[in-house]
Amino acid sequence: MTSRLGFVLRRLALTVPVLFVMSIIVFLIIRLVPGDPVRTMLGFRATDENVEQVRHQLGLDQSWLLQYGDFIGGIFRGDLGTDIVSHASLSDLLAQRLPVTFELAGLAMLLAVLIGVPLGVRAATGGKWVKRLTEGFVVFGISIPDFWLGILLVLVFAGTLVILPPSGYVPFADDPAGNIRYMILPVLTLAIGEAAYILRTTRAAVTSVLDRPFVTFLRAKGIRTRRIVAGHALRNAAPAIVTVIGIQVGVLLGGAIIVEQLFALPGVGRLVVTAITQRNYPTVQIGVLAIATTFIMVSLVTDLIVGWLDPRVADGAAT
Amino acid sequence: MTTASDSVLDFTDVSVAFRSDGPTASAPAVDGVSLSLRRGEIFGIVGESGSGKSTLANTVLGLLPSSATVRGHVRVNDRDVLGLSESDLRALRGDEVAMIFQDASASLDPTWPVGDQIAETIRAHRAIGRRAAREQAIALMTEVGIPDAASRYGDAPHRLSGGMRQRIVIAAALANNPQLLIADEPATALDVTIQAQILQLIDRLRRDHGTTVLLITHDLGVVAQVCDRVGVMYAGRLLEVGTAHELFARPTHPYTRALLAASPNRVARGTRLPVVPAQWSVESLHESEAVAEAEAAQ
Repeated sequence: MTSRLGFVLRRLALTVPVLFVMSIIVFLIIRLVPGDPVRTMLGFRATDENVEQVRHQLGLDQSWLLQYGDFIGGIFRGDLGTDIVSHASLSDLLAQRLPVTFELAGLAMLLAVLIGVPLGVRAATGGKWVKRLTEGFVVFGISIPDFWLGILLVLVFAGTLVILPPSGYVPFADDPAGNIRYMILPVLTLAIGEAAYILRTTRAAVTSVLDRPFVTFLRAKGIRTRRIVAGHALRNAAPAIVTVIGIQVGVLLGGAIIVEQLFALPGVGRLVVTAITQRNYPTVQIGVLAIATTFIMVSLVTDLIVGWLDPRVADGAAT
Repeated sequence: MTTASDSVLDFTDVSVAFRSDGPTASAPAVDGVSLSLRRGEIFGIVGESGSGKSTLANTVLGLLPSSATVRGHVRVNDRDVLGLSESDLRALRGDEVAMIFQDASASLDPTWPVGDQIAETIRAHRAIGRRAAREQAIALMTEVGIPDAASRYGDAPHRLSGGMRQRIVIAAALANNPQLLIADEPATALDVTIQAQILQLIDRLRRDHGTTVLLITHDLGVVAQVCDRVGVMYAGRLLEVGTAHELFARPTHPYTRALLAASPNRVARGTRLPVVPAQWSVESLHESEAVAEAEAAQ
């Protein structure tokens, strides 16, 4: 038990240098991109004097080293800084925006798992037609880009059928039913591609488990096929499936940026995209770090689940 | 002639062919085997790799891949098992007939506690509760010689040694007290001392429960150690059947003689081992059979 705790602490300690390097990269990239935040903010009629004044107010006339020190020091003091365009506190902005992104990505992953895992098991055990149909879904899901699928879904469900709103958002706390209505199309857009990846992984993992000798012994013991698949094959395939789901969370967070843009969802992705066009340095830095931290935490949880699922890994960590 | 009461397993003119995608028809894996196992005996089938001994054994529980075609009759307690539906076969497997395989490490689900893998077999065939199945599984573990069985029940397979794992496999196979145990190279993957222990265990369980055992092996030492009768297979055919003693003392078939002559412990130290001619053609087998029959007639 203590060794498991040690494993968690070691993994948490490892995330610190990763986030540190991440913060340097974000800090530099946004500054190396052409464009000046102050001129963007003030418009082309602003005088050089005005520009210099605002630049000084925002601390952007300091050296990059000092600016970076302010950025990191603020995080350690629990002060994430302020958005230089809206002057809103970034902690408040994140508190508003992160739940939207988490809801979108979480529901999409849940739906993708609910579609991908059962279909993957069917694909591994079913007949010729099941195999062909699921393969068709995999090719479709993996090759269709998110933005195209999103537009198509809007055309069909909001344009032709007029049963779902094309874009917009209400918080779940204000109007649960409305929130879900707004979420259906963005979640579908993200989930279909993910489901295809998870289906493919599940199919491959279950197929390879079913080829293993212990399955022959299970059959020789008179165990039902359904039980062999659900109780043994899926159980043995689970670490591989969970690992892929963990990695795909990163892909999903990337996809969420596009989908939030497409459906006008006020998530972190949209916040960052808008901030990039405005060269809104603090918001870009904090937004990207928030997404990266989320992904690192999901990876950590994934590793813990995989260790718990596979007794050999669990023992390996104990010694 | 055997009667219903003393024969557990009967093969009558059994042939197995695998459908191949190649242009030429392949030779049958099993070719016209007839054989009858008496209740309570350990019958050994010896033969080299590819001789069809495992394929023959797999016909009993319908464990061959779908590309296989089986002809003839395989009867368990006078019931032909070749025409059985999948659900009837499942009722037979692990209950009336049990089967164990070569590599015990590979026969157990690595993610399941070993005890549960025994209890699972019981619950697949008997309407008993979880707790009762657990009690029975622990009793079986003790019977196959696992020390402190109750505390071992929850261990994952990788925590047990190879020999202990094979004992678990045997306990799982024998959980429902089968009349027939088919053991396909049950000790081959283990080192020599453990091998002997596993064979002794099978022999002891046979004595205690009256289980008939079909033991498949390529190891003549194993045959000499535990088998009552032996059949020699080569290229899908059953060449000769006799008691283990007869076979070692007076082998009649030239292939059996060649096989025995190649055993290291029958050859003086320092001399080269004789070689069994590699791929005997089916024709030359027929010829040598004719020779053997002619010799026997004289």
